[in-house]
Amino acid sequence: MRKTILASLMALLASGTAFAQSASDGKVKIGILNDQSGVYADFGGKSSVEAAKMAVEDFGGKVLGVPVEIVDADHQNKPDVASNIARQWYDTQQVDAIMELTTSSVALAVQAVAKEKKKIDIVTGAATTDLTGKACSPYGFHWAYDTHALAVGTGGALVKQGGDTWFFLTADYAFGYSLEQQTGDFVKANNGKIVGSVRHPLSSQDFSSFLLQAQSSGAKVIGLANAGLDTANAIKQAAEFGITAGGQRLAALLFTLAEVHGLGLQAAQGLTLTEGYYWNLDDKSRDFAKKFFARTKKMPNMIHTGTYSAVMQYLKAIQKAGTDETEAVAKALHEMPVDDFFARGGTVAKNGRMIHDMYLLQVKKPAESKEPWDYFNVLATIPGKDAYMDPAKSGCDLVK
Amino acid sequence: MTMIFGIPLQAFLGQLLIGLINGSFYALLSLGLAVIFGLLRVINFAHGAQYMLGAFAAMLMLDYLGINYWFALILGPIVVGLFGAVIERTMLSRLYKLDPLYGLLFTFGLALTIEGTFRYLYGSSGQPYAVPPQLAGGTNLGFMFLPIYRGWVVVVSLIACIGTWLLIEKTKLGSYLRAATENATLVQVFGVNVPLLLTLTYAIGAGLAAFAGVLAAPVYQVSPLMGSNIIIVVFAVVVVGGMGSIMGAIVTGYMLGIAEGLTKVFYPEASSIVIFVIMAIVLLIRPAGLFGRDA
Repeated sequence: MRKTILASLMALLASGTAFAQSASDGKVKIGILNDQSGVYADFGGKSSVEAAKMAVEDFGGKVLGVPVEIVDADHQNKPDVASNIARQWYDTQQVDAIMELTTSSVALAVQAVAKEKKKIDIVTGAATTDLTGKACSPYGFHWAYDTHALAVGTGGALVKQGGDTWFFLTADYAFGYSLEQQTGDFVKANNGKIVGSVRHPLSSQDFSSFLLQAQSSGAKVIGLANAGLDTANAIKQAAEFGITAGGQRLAALLFTLAEVHGLGLQAAQGLTLTEGYYWNLDDKSRDFAKKFFARTKKMPNMIHTGTYSAVMQYLKAIQKAGTDETEAVAKALHEMPVDDFFARGGTVAKNGRMIHDMYLLQVKKPAESKEPWDYFNVLATIPGKDAYMDPAKSGCDLVK
Repeated sequence: MTMIFGIPLQAFLGQLLIGLINGSFYALLSLGLAVIFGLLRVINFAHGAQYMLGAFAAMLMLDYLGINYWFALILGPIVVGLFGAVIERTMLSRLYKLDPLYGLLFTFGLALTIEGTFRYLYGSSGQPYAVPPQLAGGTNLGFMFLPIYRGWVVVVSLIACIGTWLLIEKTKLGSYLRAATENATLVQVFGVNVPLLLTLTYAIGAGLAAFAGVLAAPVYQVSPLMGSNIIIVVFAVVVVGGMGSIMGAIVTGYMLGIAEGLTKVFYPEASSIVIFVIMAIVLLIRPAGLFGRDA
């Protein structure tokens, strides 16, 4: 009898703690919001959703005893569409955190909504440093890369190789400006010169006119401060107009495995680029990549793996905090180190920036590629503290 | 150095030529649209998708059947033209008696379906298609480096435009087509198979779009999005030229290509809207378009 009472007491106690530690509404819901049909659909897209689902499965499908659910939507690269979805998700769909958020203008809009509603957002797809600068949020995190890391990585490499005069082809929105400005600052700090720039609308088909202007500027390096299909088209057409053959170099400032695959090694060979992850880095990264490939028929880039890492870390943070309440989870996310196949020894700064090592990569020649998706040589590892802006100088008011 | 409007003459000439090249694509595409609208009174929103299909046809034929660019230039339009004929026969022809809005909605839905399918199969980054070896390389014109392939595009599209114009304005088949538009019943009384003529027209229109698509494949990434990127501009071209006016579509295509090219030098940020600004102005002054007849 006594034993039974003791056991039921224990059970009650256990369930009591479990109860105290549960998620607010019986489940944890993560929203993946990104471009699934436009210029950036390969950059992140549906494959990011798949990566998020993989993270949930690897975590066990449950946290604090409640199921974890992934929902997703296409924001069409429109900040107004994205804000509406974000409001709906946070207000009526019990979404606890929104992630991925490719396209800087969209990420800025959604982070503002999240901040106002005291909800978590983790950006992996967008690049602008404003997310952890003047637009930073105590509940906002920037995970995979940013314009500063790209400027230091790709920009730095080309300056070192003697590329001291630059002309920019810039996508005409927040991301492009941010990338152009930071790369430009970096070039100037290294005694380089900016000889000109031209801004093109997002998703332009034809770059010949802009390329001609870049060509006649005589700059040694043409910096492509754009992304996705835009960059691929610009590179292809630069070769056509004899720009690369004429001795000018292209700096594809934001270019990932997905775009290299689309462009083909023939056109992309020799390009220098910066990513936070490469699938063929070591056993741990290959292991994930193979599983990812089995599901999506693509090898992952830093956006896909970054999304996996962000979801995983978010779930760990809920576990640590013992609740899915925003303040507590944000606190845990800020405190916990990030150590997985994506970020090794990563830390989260006060402004929400996840600081981790980046890789300077060069696209292989077709003859050097031994297997499908074997695209990069790793030129250098850029330590996180060099790649990312000093949080104290970010302009974020959370850093005092 | 000679300057024009504050930019060097050389750069100016270069941009003029670029405008002409882009104008070739606009002209070819708007030509097909104008033919279809002029004769069928259908606003063919699937035109961009048919252009994209042409580019994909070229790429897939090369990848799977080893058919090179030159044959693709002929086979691509034929395949897409046949596809167009099937669509017209089985679906579009049922809508002729209804309000033109139905045709527009149908072709719009068709375009979304085709693009969605290709995006699902091939992703949005697109695939590369190499310039045929005979047309690779470029030549230095003194004021700019002209890729030979781009020069080829201008020449071929001019020929195709003039050829189509001649076909419709100067041949017997063309006269049947025009007569059928004016009064289908009367033409049918004379023993002409009008439904077949309409199918043929739609197939030619779709084939022209595919032809432009094959021409574009080596220039742009072959991407499911390539059609939707260009189609809105092409509609503006047709509106400016005058709905249904074939010569209007051709001339306006080149003109707007050049206007857009020059905007890219003087104020690049406006380059994506300049064509629509021109469209608005033309509609204010001449609602029927530059070459259109007042209804």
